[in-house]
Amino acid sequence: MEPFRTHQGIMLPINQDNVDTDAIAPQRWLITVERKGLGKGLFGSWRYDDKGRDDPTFILNRPEYAGASVIIARSNYGCGSSREHAVWAHLDYGIRAIVAISYGSIFYENCLKNGLLPVTLPEDQVNDLMNHALAADRRTLTVDLATSQLIGPDGTTYSFTMDEGRRQSLLKGEDDIAATLARRDAIDGFEKRHDQAKPWLR
Amino acid sequence: MHSKEYLATSQPSDAYVPGARTAFDKLWDAHRVDDLPDGRTIVFIDRHLVHDLSSPQAFSGLLANQRVVRSPERTYAVADHIVSTAPGRSEETVPGGREMIMALRRNAARYGIRHYGIGDAGQGIVHVTAPDLGLIAPGMTVVCGDSHTCTLGALGAWAWGIGTSEVEHVLATQTLVMHRPRSMRLTLRGRLHAGIGAKDLALHILRRIGVQGAQVGFLELAGRIVADLDMEQRMTLCNLGIECGARTAFAAPDDTTLAYLAARVPDIARNAAALEEFRRMGSDAGARYEIEQSLDIDLDAPQFTWGTNPSQVIGVHEKLPLISEANNDKEQQIMRRSYEYMGLVPGESLHGTSVQRVFIGSCTNGRLSDLERAAAVISGRKVHGGVRALVVPGSQHVKHEAEKKGLHRIFIEAGFEWRESGCSMCVGMNEDRVAAKERCVSTSNRNFEGRQGPGARTHLASPESAAAAAIAGAIIDYRELS
Repeated sequence: MEPFRTHQGIMLPINQDNVDTDAIAPQRWLITVERKGLGKGLFGSWRYDDKGRDDPTFILNRPEYAGASVIIARSNYGCGSSREHAVWAHLDYGIRAIVAISYGSIFYENCLKNGLLPVTLPEDQVNDLMNHALAADRRTLTVDLATSQLIGPDGTTYSFTMDEGRRQSLLKGEDDIAATLARRDAIDGFEKRHDQAKPWLR
Repeated sequence: MHSKEYLATSQPSDAYVPGARTAFDKLWDAHRVDDLPDGRTIVFIDRHLVHDLSSPQAFSGLLANQRVVRSPERTYAVADHIVSTAPGRSEETVPGGREMIMALRRNAARYGIRHYGIGDAGQGIVHVTAPDLGLIAPGMTVVCGDSHTCTLGALGAWAWGIGTSEVEHVLATQTLVMHRPRSMRLTLRGRLHAGIGAKDLALHILRRIGVQGAQVGFLELAGRIVADLDMEQRMTLCNLGIECGARTAFAAPDDTTLAYLAARVPDIARNAAALEEFRRMGSDAGARYEIEQSLDIDLDAPQFTWGTNPSQVIGVHEKLPLISEANNDKEQQIMRRSYEYMGLVPGESLHGTSVQRVFIGSCTNGRLSDLERAAAVISGRKVHGGVRALVVPGSQHVKHEAEKKGLHRIFIEAGFEWRESGCSMCVGMNEDRVAAKERCVSTSNRNFEGRQGPGARTHLASPESAAAAAIAGAIIDYRELS
């Protein structure tokens, strides 16, 4: 996993609650055995018209949001299906961080596993950033994971919190699997006792 | 949103007993391997189910990092998401799909994992076939790269959906790492009137508590209403747990659970120690979850979704909510968008709205008893001329059992298509899709924009309601047909 330290980029406002992973990564862009190449399907049903052309009314296609790399969203972002393709689609498109009031739980975990930073802020602060993102100019946000701060386009600082262990993992780009495999003896020992106590669970 | 209630915490009627343990306390303690320095816990996984959509990238990750599958004997592979449901099917499906199906077959063979693919009697939707194959027992930790894994909590398992990176983690270590999740009990009091089942109940609960109503890692569903449901209805109810935010929905094992197991895993049913353990698995009297809520239920009409999230639910005879009834601007916006997408008018009733598609199947309602209830509604009738109707049995086992009972003849004679098993029109990944602006009454679990196909309009409902819509060519109260 790529480490995440700081990032500065244009904000893309996705101004609605309960944006589900079917909307983020619609089913017809999931037919692949690869992690790469999913960016073209990000918000596919909203982004293209029925002939497959860019729909100029969808915010992602507007020229002022070209190259956007931070999504500003609302509550329960990424709810629904567990498809990790939703996270890979963000990364492949070039999104490095998301700021939202809350997330679907599986999506949130998938973000952390892939180094896509999911920042959680209270509603009034998200509203503040949403207004900046929707405005005609001043849409750049700085995300600093080392200090757990966002710096808005007008210089306002927003502190955020997340699980400290996960923050450290993101900063270092650490792999959970390697850390767990280092505990192989504990797992082997547990499994032996577990199988003896409850052999019917095998 | 329409009559959404946020419930005050309500304590169970029994007196709190210090030290009494919830079902989740027991499951957590029984699977806790070790604690990591960052405060997370390594949790042991008894059963890992992998499928064609969410596993190929996990297996490639293993290979790239020179890792192997730690416990192939605890792992089962099932092709379900992308498979064709056409009669006489092969691995051929939509372009690119065959590669996913063959990747699963190849990966399973490479690591010695039991595989249920096309042509295998055990193939089916993973959450339908796994319990029928006897792979799920009370007290297990069960994971699958699929959010509807919560379905399997109906058997008294701790079962939850994970992403592909976590699939890779389980393949490599047979564990997951996590903080202890928040847990909650929702006690359902009251009753369901005759002819109203688990799907109506689940939709009604979603209407009452909303899509963010139970954002917890573990949700125990309790109360007389749950205890009175048969095993397949409990699976329907637990299936919709994730739609209100719960990673797991759990029903404590009881005689109904044990009878279901006895028919499928006789060895367990004869194991006195196992039975004793199952009986102790429920929450102790006087135990308390972090969150305790209850709902009074008095449900007397079939429920349908009308909008684009599964909490936008209405009784078949009720009027659709007015925009002005929304609590605030934000909710008004959501309602406007839903009405526009669905092509419906606030204040009218869904009753009589014409439909072009009907889908009976999915991990919510693709089991034998679901097909039996649908067949009872259509028996001797014909599908309306304006409707294309599909029945997709949830598994090959369900299909064969249904055929033994002659249900396929009832469906085929009525004009339904009788298909092979798979996720089909619930996820819209294979060729089974609803066209733009077509209206579909579907027994599945998600009515999101585009879920059943770009522009598709989905109304979630029970098997009886879907069957009746096929006959009438419109949304009706299925009881009108009898």
